[in-house]
Amino acid sequence: MLKAKIYVQLKPNVLDPQGKAVTNSLHNLGYTEVIETRISKYIEMRFMNDNREQVSQEVKQICQDLLANPNTETYHYEIISEE
Amino acid sequence: MRISVVTFPGSNCDHDVYKVCLCRNHQTKLIWHKDTDLEKPDLVILPGGFSYGDYLRCGALARFSPIVKEVIAFAQKGGLLLGICNGFQILTECGLLPGTLLMNENLCFICQHQYIRVETVASPFTQSIGKGKVLDIPIAHKEGNFYIESDGLKQLQDNDQILFRYCNKLGITDSESNPNGSLDNIAGICNAQRNILGMMPHPERSATDTVLTQDGRWIFASLEKAL
Repeated sequence: MLKAKIYVQLKPNVLDPQGKAVTNSLHNLGYTEVIETRISKYIEMRFMNDNREQVSQEVKQICQDLLANPNTETYHYEIISEE
Repeated sequence: MRISVVTFPGSNCDHDVYKVCLCRNHQTKLIWHKDTDLEKPDLVILPGGFSYGDYLRCGALARFSPIVKEVIAFAQKGGLLLGICNGFQILTECGLLPGTLLMNENLCFICQHQYIRVETVASPFTQSIGKGKVLDIPIAHKEGNFYIESDGLKQLQDNDQILFRYCNKLGITDSESNPNGSLDNIAGICNAQRNILGMMPHPERSATDTVLTQDGRWIFASLEKAL
């Protein structure tokens, strides 16, 4: 069985107010060396298919069709084997 | 006028819109998202709410509801389509309007009265209001921070597609009067063909005698005149 580990992130030029709030909180906690935090989404998906090439193509299509908004987000993923 | 209001699972302003339309003597129908017939409307309204619980991204899952295919076909033939709040988010996710509604800059759900300025009368939604008129129409959202890349913004500006901007009581649009961080104070835009409007403020919440302001009536009245 194959598993896709998918990360959907805001594009670098898009403001991430959640990340900014987390950075501020970390500074309040004393972690003053943190200069930027970006929040992203992590999605896992399991497939009944052992063909990496096919699964990879399908995950790419899924990201484009639904998981990422092309206006504001980018994505990347990795495919791993799972028992 | 025949008006169809679409109800998605999680819509919560559908009945408000429905009642306002009925009060204005329009033949109004609530259409369930699984239906495939819009019932020959003159105007379709996608109401506010939290369609599909706002899962993944606001409006992202609603575009797979069966009725949306009909809504897109209707709009592409020039039919009048109004998306309010979550309806606006759905329109951007469907690709019927450009841009994206991101989380508010202050991360808060904002529910308040809001002044917006009419930026153009070149649309059926604003034609009888008057350019520069300031309307008091409530907002209630957490993801209303309009974003678009600079080319897209220029296109909206050049084509006069920005119908409403957030402003103060005097009609001044500045960062102070911008509640959510929207680019260029954008509160509502139309498509290039000018038959689709997406707006974050709720005109249906300011269109009856029982509420504090009635400025939402201007938009309904404009539509009535257009048809």
